[in-house]
Amino acid sequence: MSFASRVPSFTPARPEEILKPAKPWFVVLTLVLAFLANTLPTTGVALALKPDFVALTLLYWCIQAPRYVGVGVSWTLGLVMDVVDATLFGQHALAYAALAYGAEYFRRRVLRFPLWQQAVQVAVLLGACALLVLLVRMIGGAPLPRWTYAVPPIVGALLWPPLTVVLQWPQRPTRSASTF
Amino acid sequence: MRPIPAEPPPFFRRGPSALARVTFFGLASIVLLFVDARFRYLEDVRQAAGAILFPLQRLVRVPGEALDSVAAYFASKRDLERDNERLRSELIAQSPAAQGYVPARDENARLKALVDLKATHAEGSTVVQVLYTGRDPFAQKVFVSRGREAGLVPGSAVIDEHGVVGQLTRVHPTMSEVTLVTDKDHAVPVKAERSGVRSVLYGAGTGRTPELRFTPPSADIRVGDRLVTSGLDGTYPPGLAVAQVTRVERETGQMFARIECAPLGGVDRSETLLVLAPPAALPPRPEEPSEAEAARKGGRAKARRGG
Repeated sequence: MSFASRVPSFTPARPEEILKPAKPWFVVLTLVLAFLANTLPTTGVALALKPDFVALTLLYWCIQAPRYVGVGVSWTLGLVMDVVDATLFGQHALAYAALAYGAEYFRRRVLRFPLWQQAVQVAVLLGACALLVLLVRMIGGAPLPRWTYAVPPIVGALLWPPLTVVLQWPQRPTRSASTF
Repeated sequence: MRPIPAEPPPFFRRGPSALARVTFFGLASIVLLFVDARFRYLEDVRQAAGAILFPLQRLVRVPGEALDSVAAYFASKRDLERDNERLRSELIAQSPAAQGYVPARDENARLKALVDLKATHAEGSTVVQVLYTGRDPFAQKVFVSRGREAGLVPGSAVIDEHGVVGQLTRVHPTMSEVTLVTDKDHAVPVKAERSGVRSVLYGAGTGRTPELRFTPPSADIRVGDRLVTSGLDGTYPPGLAVAQVTRVERETGQMFARIECAPLGGVDRSETLLVLAPPAALPPRPEEPSEAEAARKGGRAKARRGG
């Protein structure tokens, strides 16, 4: 057996492949990186396109590692985002908690689908999350945002397949599928 | 096909169910939202959390800044020469104003002393860099690089080389939050430079132009007029350029004219801003109608209500 076959390739795991449990430090690291990506200074088009990386990463771990990341962790990270964005306390927290609940509900079936079909469902979840924030803002008296408000959830869903491949890579079994 | 149960079987129980948890945290968020929006009790918590988080955010900028400085090192000689040329011509263009400034300032001070006016400009201002724009698509806010450590106070005006950009709304230990003049909840008292008509410029939110509201159709305001701060609010020093009128609509039957303006300051462009020291406090407002008068009116109203 060659060395190359021992290292998992950068392709999505098949549904029947059993992943190793995620390492807690890896979960924390990815969440911190997502937080940093969210706070990157951007303007103009990049800002309009930028998805909510924290929501996306939370969603991934809520589905893959529900023992570590659930409603409580999501809620706490939502509070952190509220501080960083200078928005009202509890706005992102509410949206992320709802997202984690949605993930809990979707978790058992979403993994059976091919990645692009998962992405469609992720778009729905991220869209609902954005809609919740919008609702809170509208109650607070904000005007309707422009149509570009709908772009980040879609970009987030498009990023779902590559993100899945990257995040599940350390959990892939080192022995390649050829032994099956 | 049987639906897959959303709950794990009872022998895998791990604490309360997801529904219970989401209900609890959802209610907690709603309480927090209410408390934050109504009472602003949580500013201290926000400051403390900010003090921990903002250094992390600085860290994000390090690679970009390093790249920038490398790029700047390799900037071509031609670019530098062109910049030099431009700066020199700007310097010459502005030198008459600069030379006239000192006598004008002295004369102004003498005249003000003659008519017993208080000084309106406080000395001292702070140069700040824009760190990042808020990710929130609803609010027009940017974060800048200096905070309480530089003696900044909330309410100070923020300008760039072309005009007013906004106002400091929150001051954290090492950075501050600037609400831009285009923000929905922001208003600047202005006057038209040409005619002296006073009005208030209201921001309208992302992607919409600021407007002068509550201005009668008869007001002497034309397209192209420059609006400068009137200084009536005691927040913005008078005479700073704010915006230029881009469209005036006077419809019969409407009580107010519809006047759209474009901000002059680089609200969404400038990277280096200047935070002005707050202007000297205005004399206190004269008292409302004498107390005896108010009491009499109040008494009458009470009597009427009682009867």
